[in-house]
Amino acid sequence: MISIQNISKRYGSSSGILAVDGISLEVGPGEVLGFLGPNGAGKSTTMKMVTGFLTPTSGTARVCGHDVVDDPVSVKASIGYLPEGAPNYPDMTPWSFLDFIAQVRGFSGAEKRRRIDSVVEKVQLRGVLRQPIDTLSKGFKRRVGLAQAMLHEPPVLILDEPTDGLDPNQKHEVRNVIRALASHPDRDQAGRAVVLSTHILEEVDAVCTRAVIIAKGKVLVDGTPAQLRAMSKYHNAVTITVVSPAGPGGEPASVAGELASIKWVGEIEDQGVRHVAPSAAGPGGPRQTCTLVPKGGRPLLAEVTSLCKARGWAVETIGVETGRLDDVFRDLTTRARSEGGAS
Amino acid sequence: MRGLLPVFRRELAGYFNTPVALVFIVIFLFLAGIFTFQIGEFYEAGQADLVRFFTFHPWLYLFLIPAVSMRVWAEERKTGTIELLLTLPVSLSAAVVGKFLAAWAFTALALALTFPLWVTVNYLGDPDNGVILAGYLGSLLMAGAFLAIGSCISAATKSQVIAFIVTVVLCLLFMLAGFRPVQAFVSGWLPLEALQVLAGFSFLARFESISKGVLDLRDVLFFASIIGVFVAATGVVVSMKKAV
Repeated sequence: MISIQNISKRYGSSSGILAVDGISLEVGPGEVLGFLGPNGAGKSTTMKMVTGFLTPTSGTARVCGHDVVDDPVSVKASIGYLPEGAPNYPDMTPWSFLDFIAQVRGFSGAEKRRRIDSVVEKVQLRGVLRQPIDTLSKGFKRRVGLAQAMLHEPPVLILDEPTDGLDPNQKHEVRNVIRALASHPDRDQAGRAVVLSTHILEEVDAVCTRAVIIAKGKVLVDGTPAQLRAMSKYHNAVTITVVSPAGPGGEPASVAGELASIKWVGEIEDQGVRHVAPSAAGPGGPRQTCTLVPKGGRPLLAEVTSLCKARGWAVETIGVETGRLDDVFRDLTTRARSEGGAS
Repeated sequence: MRGLLPVFRRELAGYFNTPVALVFIVIFLFLAGIFTFQIGEFYEAGQADLVRFFTFHPWLYLFLIPAVSMRVWAEERKTGTIELLLTLPVSLSAAVVGKFLAAWAFTALALALTFPLWVTVNYLGDPDNGVILAGYLGSLLMAGAFLAIGSCISAATKSQVIAFIVTVVLCLLFMLAGFRPVQAFVSGWLPLEALQVLAGFSFLARFESISKGVLDLRDVLFFASIIGVFVAATGVVVSMKKAV
């Protein structure tokens, strides 16, 4: 539905900043693509080009078969777009604002009213429809922006930092709306394509089916959130806490030292000893905690538990990590930065 | 020109959502009254016409029109709504023309509200209503030319203050192009033909003949082409500057 073909944007003259450097992407129906990257990576610029606000320096994008360079108005008609910061006219009321959007989108009469009603229901704006947008809270303003983007039930939705600056409850609500949009297509069975940019990684887990990380205007990774997490060195890492561990001869032992003997353990992060007084919850004594990072992301849990059993250790907690997205993010984007700095 | 009508309606309603409309109209009518009756000595002249009323319009517009035009694009750019507007299925020309027409319609409304003056002269005497109509038409055209210049300047900046000041200065230059001190100033280093062309750009001279009832097609075309050129230039400036 969205096909970005080797798109680039250079601001200013030929020596200006290259904000986007040859990005190519395909987004299909039913996909929720999370567009990740540090500030200044080129996320917003890419979105502004796909939505026809900025003209690409080279390359193009096609949305629902329309080329954004040749036929921007058709592209704009098939996209719902929430620009960064959800700008809207502060002097208007949500109702008059949505009425304006509906008119521009070519609706009139009963159809217009039906569309406004249904979108107002969806983002729960009913109570503030006649208040100037200026006087609304940030959360409501964002919902007005979302309503504006969804009003014509577009096959493609592009949302630039939809939850930025909202409180946790508002974030949760906005995510619910986005999820509902992708999974319950109003118009066609194929569903719609949603692209959202964010630098909040939990958001990727919460709503996205696919994640693309960009930095310095280039795509670094493109995969499912699970694939991304598998790139973390903590993928399949085991964190274990043992109560008063003893060695083979009954002497106090070092958990980290013993577990190091397991074949695929790479790094061990020893988190030290914590002394706990006896209580109703359990016996007192020292607790040792460590995290075992596997080589090549191999599963370690089976071997760790059998070793604990063999030693007769009382395991207080044990957990397997799926991987840390923020680790992957930091790793990839800082690497890109230092490489860029060296060249 | 898809989307022209909704843009026009939203813009026009926008003037009335804020005190801008009320303040503008009240001050316009108040100043028009002062100029006509106090400075123009409307009653003392004892003539049933509106020449004294129209004579001061260029000066009124010089300060009031930039106050209307300064927000047309500068505000959109400042609040970021320009991104919203230009990603709606509206062509750039529809957005530019719609906004200009809304501003023009607003000033036309303010101008129309001076109708009591027309009623008064008709009550007091027997004026030539054709001349008065020509005066209104000329005044409206001149307001449109000022607005077109102002919206072009407004598109070039995010700051409404800068838009206001630059527009006032530019409009003043256009007004006084044929004025003797200006002509004397440039006559030393401009050839005679250029001087005449420059004099031809004088809003004051062209408006004066219209307001006296001489509705020359050339004067009408002059204002119409000033409007056309600057509205087109607004489109160019908007598309050039929107990224910054």
